[in-house]
Amino acid sequence: MTFISDPINFIATWLRIMLANVGASPDLTAFILSVVGGGILATGAMLWVTFLIWYERKIIGRIQDRLGPNRVGPWGIFQSFADMLKIFTKEYITPNGADRVLYNIAPVLSVASVLLIWAIIPFTVTSYGVDLNVGVLFVVAVAGLGELAIIMAGWSSNNKYALLGAFRVVAQLISYEVPMVLSLLVPVLLSGSMSLNAIVKAQNVWYIFTAPLAALIFMITSIAEVGRSPFDLVESESEIVGGFNIEYSGLKFGMFFVAEFLHAFTSALIFTVLFLGGWRGPGAEQYPILGFIYFSLKNVFSYFIFILVRGSLPRFRIDQMMDLNWKVLTPVSLGLFAVVTIVAKLVQGNPNELLRGLFLLIANGVILLTTSLVMGQFAARRRRHLDERAEGQKLRVRSQV
Amino acid sequence: MLNDWLYIGIFLAISAFLPAAAIVIAGFLAPKKPNTIKNQIYECGIETVGETWVQFKAQYYIFGLIFLIFDVETVFLYPWAVAFNQMTLYGVLEALLFVLILAGGLVYAWRKGALEWV
Repeated sequence: MTFISDPINFIATWLRIMLANVGASPDLTAFILSVVGGGILATGAMLWVTFLIWYERKIIGRIQDRLGPNRVGPWGIFQSFADMLKIFTKEYITPNGADRVLYNIAPVLSVASVLLIWAIIPFTVTSYGVDLNVGVLFVVAVAGLGELAIIMAGWSSNNKYALLGAFRVVAQLISYEVPMVLSLLVPVLLSGSMSLNAIVKAQNVWYIFTAPLAALIFMITSIAEVGRSPFDLVESESEIVGGFNIEYSGLKFGMFFVAEFLHAFTSALIFTVLFLGGWRGPGAEQYPILGFIYFSLKNVFSYFIFILVRGSLPRFRIDQMMDLNWKVLTPVSLGLFAVVTIVAKLVQGNPNELLRGLFLLIANGVILLTTSLVMGQFAARRRRHLDERAEGQKLRVRSQV
Repeated sequence: MLNDWLYIGIFLAISAFLPAAAIVIAGFLAPKKPNTIKNQIYECGIETVGETWVQFKAQYYIFGLIFLIFDVETVFLYPWAVAFNQMTLYGVLEALLFVLILAGGLVYAWRKGALEWV
């Protein structure tokens, strides 16, 4: 193992040997390495957000035919640092009658719930925080903490609009968790493991090819979980003032902002790991640094799609959003689960991996086609119904005149 | 195995510490001049009327219940999915029967109008 091919483990091994030479016990060494590694990873993630904000603003600017930030530093790259300085020196106000404990914990918890996912992301074949054997379940469980932070923020603010906003957000988040969890079952099922690194290793054919519908459902639901356009009813500035964070100011508000951006990026990370083959690519096993490069490229690509969706789609109405979840995504993901299990079981004996993948792809295509046909029928019927009603109203008005 | 969860615990502490430290530092850097008018609740631009922690509509509760059913289901399905490769077709059909019962619950809620946002 050399420094060039795997720098992270090289440094970790060097540190371990040095600690052993000093005379630290193995337990203490493990503890120190965990603290150092975790500290670097978490701090890196927090600093990475400043870059993400710039990247996203720049792309959204281009989509809307603007330049985006371009004043501070080359291409405006230090804009986020300027914003950070400003927000650090801004007074934060605790409103009268707020539940102080919950009010102060909520922004911290919302960031922590996202950061915690970074602990189990495999960046290369050898460098990951920890390879939990219940990784996927851990991701789902930790995502639930974010909802808790939102309801705490809304409840403790002593503001009816914040409370109303929080209820709506939590209704949205828990609803979209159902199809998300069901679509995450598909990679687990195909790879036979919940550990993220094992799922990456099992992807000789990327799961986006064998389970494209699961990938699509996961992408839609994770955009909804982050709560950005077209699912940005979390904010909906024009409807319920500012949503659950209306009473927050200064850096406490900034923390919700950081959590949102980090969550979007983390969703792209999980998407890359589960459906785009993570660090896999030619030579990634021998040279882990190559794996990191592949991982970053795939990740930038999937995050770019997240931004593209945000920049191009208008906001849903809340009843449409709930309908999309409970009447489309949940039944489809249940059907997908049923079909994928049967097809995967029937073709399991076949030694040719490509052929197995092809069968699964066809099954996915059939479900997608059926869904779009049924949805088209429903939409046509609904349009006809609305047209008839509008026609009836027009007649009534005319007869009154 | 124990080391894994130790790492998760340490990471949890670090990931809670970082935002908390940022907020504390901002508390030192930022001016602090609260007064009665500034600390009033913003609401929607006018003074607030009555209690804040009021009753809310039961719709949220119903969505919460449906969510709970499906979430508990997943806890059962994940271990099953891990063992999928060693399973016979009979085991798969059994799990599908389980999912079918849940889908029946979804259809019931749908027909009853519990999924309408009012």
